[in-house]
Amino acid sequence: MLKILKYSFFDLVRSRWSYVYLLFYLALGFTLLFLNNDLSKAVITLMNIIIVLVPLIGTIFGVMYYYNSREFTELLIAQPIKRSSIFLGQYLGVAGSLALSLILGLGIPFIFYGLFKSAAIWDFVLLLYTGAFLTFIFTALSLNIAIYNENRIKGFGYAILMWLFFAVLYDGIFLLSLIIFEDYPLDTFSLTATLLNPIDLSRTLILLKLDISALLGYTGAVFKSFFGTLLGFGISIMMLVVWTLIPVFTYLRKARKKDF
Amino acid sequence: MITVNGLHKKFGKNSVLKGIDLKIERPGIYAILGPNGSGKTTVIKSILGMVLPSGGQIEVFGQNISKRWKYRRELNYLPQIANFPGNLKVAELLNMIKDLRRMPSEEEHLIELFGLQPFLKSKLANLSGGTKQKVNIVITLMFDGQLLILDEPTTGLDPAALIVLKRIIKDEKAKGKVILITTHIMEFVEEMADEIVYLLEGKIYFQGTIKELTKRTNQSDFQHAIAEISTSQHA
Repeated sequence: MLKILKYSFFDLVRSRWSYVYLLFYLALGFTLLFLNNDLSKAVITLMNIIIVLVPLIGTIFGVMYYYNSREFTELLIAQPIKRSSIFLGQYLGVAGSLALSLILGLGIPFIFYGLFKSAAIWDFVLLLYTGAFLTFIFTALSLNIAIYNENRIKGFGYAILMWLFFAVLYDGIFLLSLIIFEDYPLDTFSLTATLLNPIDLSRTLILLKLDISALLGYTGAVFKSFFGTLLGFGISIMMLVVWTLIPVFTYLRKARKKDF
Repeated sequence: MITVNGLHKKFGKNSVLKGIDLKIERPGIYAILGPNGSGKTTVIKSILGMVLPSGGQIEVFGQNISKRWKYRRELNYLPQIANFPGNLKVAELLNMIKDLRRMPSEEEHLIELFGLQPFLKSKLANLSGGTKQKVNIVITLMFDGQLLILDEPTTGLDPAALIVLKRIIKDEKAKGKVILITTHIMEFVEEMADEIVYLLEGKIYFQGTIKELTKRTNQSDFQHAIAEISTSQHA
């Protein structure tokens, strides 16, 4: 598995798109720091970008990688290698190289700025942590879509819809249901709904860490009392892990049963 | 060496293999023939474990292959369509496959035979179809497995390369290996094959030598015999 990981990782790291992605984050990091001059404000702006962009890039790279390497995957399957090693290795290679671009691209400007001397270091670490998780989650989700759809156009379409759902539609439905059912107690509902969308979950985690939950109004207080505690924080982190493991598991299960 | 018992395969509602029984016990060259869509590639891919059977068993070297992968160490497979990651160079691809298989390999000799030295530093995306096929053949034959499975090995090869390929296949046979070949080129079969496995609509219609086939169909030569089976079935 490690060898497959190594090759897909280097295959991607050498591709033009990885550089573009890395350069984008470098540019973003430097610009934000020099325009803002305030680390925690920069973290918030970054959060808003990361929370939408990282899932999108993970989704697109995942589908693209799967379809582009299909024939090569067939060649690998005929070799004396376990199937799950091939697919897990490729997944970790794709998601790993994207996560690395993110961490390096944002990390370097922040280190230059003097991150280690700053109090915002933990906010920043949490930002990268959720960013990395979102990469792994959305790459795995999009690989699932790709492996279930032979037709590339359909696969791409579904993948983009999936991203759109989590990044935009989910919040819309969430808000609508809050308005419709405003006469009822919605604490548990909104907490659960937040846990069930990795993007919302990441956003909430960061906002609470930044201690600006007052912005969220009453729900903010409810959230604060849940996520603010060590237990709530632990559960949220665990949820991100679960959100990664489930799609990886279904992907590998499908890969074991698929004809090539 | 290979035993296939009651192999069935369905793709959705489409039944491609309807009970294949095949026994290959002696070394030699076996040509798997049949019209388009008769299931040749599916049989081959089932033996490789790439396609998972809907029913039946496959044993390779006396071992049931279901859910196993180590038996593929003795298998060298030449796929029909060769498509490699375009941004790799030929030499890098060879090294990568060697690194993945971790077996002794003899690629220098093959590279020389096919005249691939000038292409070693070229990217795979820039190679012609025939050259890609040569690279494909080198990857397949550089390891010393006991079972060779070649799916349309002659595709895109020029006459000189075809002669080289035939010589290599004969050498491999002399080493006591089992070689399965699918092809549509009957001259190639006539010249190379020891035995023929003829598939028709998902079943084995005939297995035996060319002589047996001509006798059975009352034809004077092999090509007519093959034509005879395909037409008599539809009559």
